[in-house]
Amino acid sequence: MNRLLKGPARAIGALIAGFLIFAGLLTASPASAADADPSTFAYTIAGTLQQDDTPITGVTIIASKDAEKFETKSDEFGEWTIMVPTDGIWKVELDTTTIPKEFNLANKDGAVNEADLSQTDFAAVLFKFGTDVVVKQSFTDQLLVRVFAGFNFGLMLAIAAIGITLIYGTTGLNNFAHGEMVTLGAMMMWLFYSFFQWNILVAGLVAVAAVTAFGWAQDAGIWKPLRKRRLGLNQMMIVSIGFGIVARYLILLFFAGDTKDISGAATVIQLGPIFTSDVTLVSMVISVLALLGVAYFLTRTRIGKATRAVSDNSSLAASTGIDVERIIRIVWVVAAALTGLAGVLYGLQFQGNWSMGYDILLLLFAAVTLGGLGAPLGAAVGALIIGMVVEVSTLFMPSELKYVSALLILIVILVVRPQGVLGKKQRIG
Amino acid sequence: MDIIQILSLALNELVAPMTVGYILCAIGLAVHFGFTGLLNFGQAAFAALGAYGYGYAVLVFGWDLWGAILFGLICAMAFAALLGIPTLRLRADYLAIVTIAASQALRFTVGSSTAAPITGGSAGQSQFGESFYALNPFPEGEYNLGTVTLTNLELWMRVVAWGLVAIAALFVFALTRSPWGRVLKGIREDEDAVRALGKNVFAYKLQALVIGGSIAAFGGMVFVMSSQANEPTNWGTNFTFITWTILLLGGAATILGPIVGGMVFFALLTLIESFLEILVNAGLLPFLLIEQVAQIRFLLVGLILMLLVIFRPQGFFGNKKEMQFNG
Repeated sequence: MNRLLKGPARAIGALIAGFLIFAGLLTASPASAADADPSTFAYTIAGTLQQDDTPITGVTIIASKDAEKFETKSDEFGEWTIMVPTDGIWKVELDTTTIPKEFNLANKDGAVNEADLSQTDFAAVLFKFGTDVVVKQSFTDQLLVRVFAGFNFGLMLAIAAIGITLIYGTTGLNNFAHGEMVTLGAMMMWLFYSFFQWNILVAGLVAVAAVTAFGWAQDAGIWKPLRKRRLGLNQMMIVSIGFGIVARYLILLFFAGDTKDISGAATVIQLGPIFTSDVTLVSMVISVLALLGVAYFLTRTRIGKATRAVSDNSSLAASTGIDVERIIRIVWVVAAALTGLAGVLYGLQFQGNWSMGYDILLLLFAAVTLGGLGAPLGAAVGALIIGMVVEVSTLFMPSELKYVSALLILIVILVVRPQGVLGKKQRIG
Repeated sequence: MDIIQILSLALNELVAPMTVGYILCAIGLAVHFGFTGLLNFGQAAFAALGAYGYGYAVLVFGWDLWGAILFGLICAMAFAALLGIPTLRLRADYLAIVTIAASQALRFTVGSSTAAPITGGSAGQSQFGESFYALNPFPEGEYNLGTVTLTNLELWMRVVAWGLVAIAALFVFALTRSPWGRVLKGIREDEDAVRALGKNVFAYKLQALVIGGSIAAFGGMVFVMSSQANEPTNWGTNFTFITWTILLLGGAATILGPIVGGMVFFALLTLIESFLEILVNAGLLPFLLIEQVAQIRFLLVGLILMLLVIFRPQGFFGNKKEMQFNG
């Protein structure tokens, strides 16, 4: 093994070890929180039955898959837990005859639910009681609601997508480990805000700082040594896939697979037909400010201009005296900070789990491709369109298929106009 | 659990139908990536279509074994053509994004309740193997193969699965030695040069995609046949990534690579998992819960994938000169 080979190996080892120690120190207990029940089965389904905050006691809950069947009763707090032996999708059912007279299900099909244990060992199942709040809305109102949700989702996608496109522009790397920075942002926010109960601003800043450090370390530990070895871009892409898997499963190991409620106390605000919260509105403002900040950085500052020069032609930029490696380092830090911020905002609004970033990774690629790979402002526009499509499509098709529409757009765009809406043609060659 | 038990468990993994399913997919991927240079990150979709096509033909059309296999194959081939015709002109990394997006879109779709009447939704399909197991020639009883004891049906499954691997390997071997195969390698090395020689690069790539996809469709059928359960969660991106790891472990541009890579990969995983379980049970790894050991599996997949691509892109058997990952 020659000298060049040793560098990256040591660096990767150090990075992973560092991550392990870091995560291990911070989260000694949360990983085991979901599995406190000393049962022989590895998988847990749990939930709470209540109507208007009154617990419902003594209801029989049955979990079944294929021929296997397990049941339990809800306790005096309305809480119930079923341990099951295998993974997969379990059917969870309420025995409606055991529900006390004074309580009623929100809708009559609501007694059957599913627990998806295919990726995690814990699933929470919710049964709705009481009067179902279904207000019939006009189509225009529904559209307004969806457009608002799409705009909000799109803004979050935009700040993460700009990270991808900046990295792609300066290094040519399609970073498949980008989603993990989103997840890490949300998990850090959960840790500092929900678990340690820090002030929301401090927690948010620390979470973003943690992801920024992760981005910096990633570049220093993996990507820079690989660039030095002149590893091909396609190889780098596969390395990023591998690194993404490692990071994702490390996050799963340390934060467990349950859904993390990060939102805390949000106040509901009504804007016409749209019900939203102060958290959502503030996070939209933060997203817009972040986008404006990036635009200012890229077009008005020296480093931003240098970044664009490196994106355009890195050897030409180097020959004019720009330190390309330094610019790439800065880009990684900025991209990680933005992506971490996206994770924090996403987590605050939609809760978080270990694979949330990976789940939206392809949406990010769709946004970036739509806007033109390597065109940062294009990515922002692309992200807004993708966010809008994902949300508005639920008006016309089942919401479980909402990501499919975005993926189809990605495919169609790559086929019809691979340079994207705002991209330059030369970039595809 | 003692050492003998662990070893026999690992040996069992070595020849298990699931391993063979992955190996067949890796052989298909060798045609795509190893010999043609196509970065296909949607191999799970081809396998899924093989399995779903087979299951649908049996459960809904009530076809016999051969018809159902043919239908599964046609599904995968049609998908290859549908995907390939518009995308094979794209740059390699774009192809990777499109294939991974297509496979995810397919998985979301087959697993949705909207598609449930056709695919069984999130529960998937089950009990479709009767006509296959009816062909079993081995008399009923238990067969002791060294440390592993199998029922006659399990033995039949393994014999057929490995027979398929042998056929696929010979087929790919013959293909790559043919003039046609040499053109594929030419495309992998320098697409423009091959085009300059008057070859229709696009047509060759499409043929490679269809052939590799068909082999993966067999892989998908084998994968679901032993348990007779085909669930949409089988076909996530992890399936594709494991296939890639197996291929790169053995050597992408080789015939034996995917086979040995797959066997080594699963035997190694089983050994490591059993070893970790022993350590956890003995209380030596207090930070790890026993049910988290299974999660280590994917961590290792990612780590092996990274290290292979960086340090030994040619795998066990490959020739480094053949593994330049154009682009």
